[in-house]
Amino acid sequence: MNTPPDTVHQDRGGPAQPLLQVHKLKKYFPVRTGGWLRQPSYVHAVDEVSFSVAKGQTLGIVGESGCGKSTTARLVARLLPPDGGKLVFDGEGVAEFRGLALRDFRRNLQMVFQDSYASLNPRLTAAQSIAFGPRVHGVTAHAAQQLAESLLARVGLEPRQFAARYPHELSGGQRQRVNIARALAFDPRLLILDEAVAALDKSVQAQVLNLLQELKAERALTYLFISHDLHVVHYLSDQVMVMYLGQVVEIGPVRRIYDTPQHPYTRALLSATPSLDPARRTLQPPLQGDPPNPIDPAPGCRFRTRCAHAQAVCQERAPELLPCGDAPSHQVACHMQQPGSGHSQAVAVPEFVPMALATGGHA
Amino acid sequence: MTEALLQVRALNLHFSGARTAHVLRDFSLDLAAGEVLGLLGESGSGKSAMLRALLRLHAPQNTRLSGHIHVAGQDVLALQGAALRQYRGGVVSLVFQEAASALDPVYTIGQQMVQAIRAHHAVGQAEATRQALDLLDRVRIPQARRRFDAYVHELSGGMRQRAMIALALACKPRLLLADEPTTALDATVQIQILLLLRELQQEFGLAVIFVTHDIAAAVEVADRVAVMYAGRLVEQGALAEVVQRPRHPYSAQLLASTVHAAHKGAPLPAIPGAPPDLSLPLSGCAFAPRCAHASARCHSEQPPFAWHGAHALACWNPLAEPAAAAPARAGAL
Repeated sequence: MNTPPDTVHQDRGGPAQPLLQVHKLKKYFPVRTGGWLRQPSYVHAVDEVSFSVAKGQTLGIVGESGCGKSTTARLVARLLPPDGGKLVFDGEGVAEFRGLALRDFRRNLQMVFQDSYASLNPRLTAAQSIAFGPRVHGVTAHAAQQLAESLLARVGLEPRQFAARYPHELSGGQRQRVNIARALAFDPRLLILDEAVAALDKSVQAQVLNLLQELKAERALTYLFISHDLHVVHYLSDQVMVMYLGQVVEIGPVRRIYDTPQHPYTRALLSATPSLDPARRTLQPPLQGDPPNPIDPAPGCRFRTRCAHAQAVCQERAPELLPCGDAPSHQVACHMQQPGSGHSQAVAVPEFVPMALATGGHA
Repeated sequence: MTEALLQVRALNLHFSGARTAHVLRDFSLDLAAGEVLGLLGESGSGKSAMLRALLRLHAPQNTRLSGHIHVAGQDVLALQGAALRQYRGGVVSLVFQEAASALDPVYTIGQQMVQAIRAHHAVGQAEATRQALDLLDRVRIPQARRRFDAYVHELSGGMRQRAMIALALACKPRLLLADEPTTALDATVQIQILLLLRELQQEFGLAVIFVTHDIAAAVEVADRVAVMYAGRLVEQGALAEVVQRPRHPYSAQLLASTVHAAHKGAPLPAIPGAPPDLSLPLSGCAFAPRCAHASARCHSEQPPFAWHGAHALACWNPLAEPAAAAPARAGAL
């Protein structure tokens, strides 16, 4: 690799140190509504979101549109300034006194977006786009060009054929490969994939997913994978985080989230995914209506307006994200999972009894 | 299929102008009244172009359309003027993917519906309003009265899609064309719209062509499935037949490469390569360069689209009856 010689990309914290720790991240967007005398309202896009990603793992973030998954990604990448919270990258606070400088942090982290066309400069060829970042960081033109060509070859685009092409001369799948190659040009340690395969056709999507899996193994990458497609998240992720209206409702290992989901919202999301089996068509939509407006949400559990199990306690208090059952890594924010919460269906205190899975959606 | 509502024969569509393309190549299709066809295909396979051709929406100055389209006994390619306007919406109507750009932003939902109803039926303002409100109720728009006076930007994504379905049904069409109506929606809203379409289809006895690249969505609504590749149909049959026992290598690989739970931990069986460039002439089977089963004949000779009982196929080397490539997907997820 022709990356500039430096110490930016070294592992500092050791294997046990999570690569990324996010603590109570917060972002409120003000919205103007009504007259000038009215109190400004806020979209609670990301509201005290905490999670961590271990080295070499993939964290999948799922949720409906407007749940704050993309805002979370942009906050982590520092494309947006957070309104609160802390970001620790491999044991060092980001942009803190004596912590990791923002510039170094950004070279450790790259992002791939959904819209492959809009994220490439239409006036740069594929090779120029990839070489641009390294050039800015002081790599010679020749070395950057060579790096770009080797990366193009790695993502499956023959350099002689594709290096001189402009974005409009590439198909969607090819453009997304260029975006991935460009993200790899800095030899990053964390790659944020924000709906990176959502706009691709199924056959091309499979090719790109395979490429992502290969690259991860080859370069010891860590992924933050954001998608609304639960099948794809299941395929790629080690850990899954489910978000609803700016908050984490459930987080845990992929097996547990998909096999024994505990939050009613996670269960609804899973049963809303068509089964691909003509004999098991969905008969009842698991949720009615659209996701509610994230402007100034009412106190209490944010899911209660669409939840079949909502009770008085859900309106009074917001449930905390607490470990559920026997696995401390599986956390859920629901009064029903918390002994003594006051919910009539709450689990008993000592023994954990898994709830019957919601199968009601299918015949 | 004795009394086909829709009959398409040897339809060819060429785009000319700055870039030329042969988008539909000898496309033929039959659809009975009240039947739901799921039309699957990747982007650029010509599925949306086909729907627009059925409504004659392509600009005549840079398209060449030849072949036969008959809907309910009418020769669609011969329609002109008022007859064409009555046909669009009155016999066949279309639901788009992007409700926000398909609906007019400067008129309320109600105004658009009333206008459409009055253009097709000799009814007064009050009666048209009553019909429109009734339709908004039927597509499960809560507080229909309030939504009747709402503009597009005031509605959420799912609500817009419902409003567009109501508008498409306003003039009592017999055939509804749905062009990826749920692709831009969240999973929880998508399933609501799919169930609504299924319900309305039965209630109104509609024939539906449901175009999608998402096999899972087609499985929820379709009776019959047709698979399109490079402007041609490659396979057609009953839903369970095609989804569980695909015989065309393309359908089989498309199904196999769709991500589901059984793939976890293994590389996905992706189809190598990319679809062909439709601006160039194709010799032989369009899928041959990407096909693992291709023989010399596939590269030189176009396979005919032939019926084997209720299953139709355009392939020289179809997969054996119990296709090996169809994965067991019981309880995917």
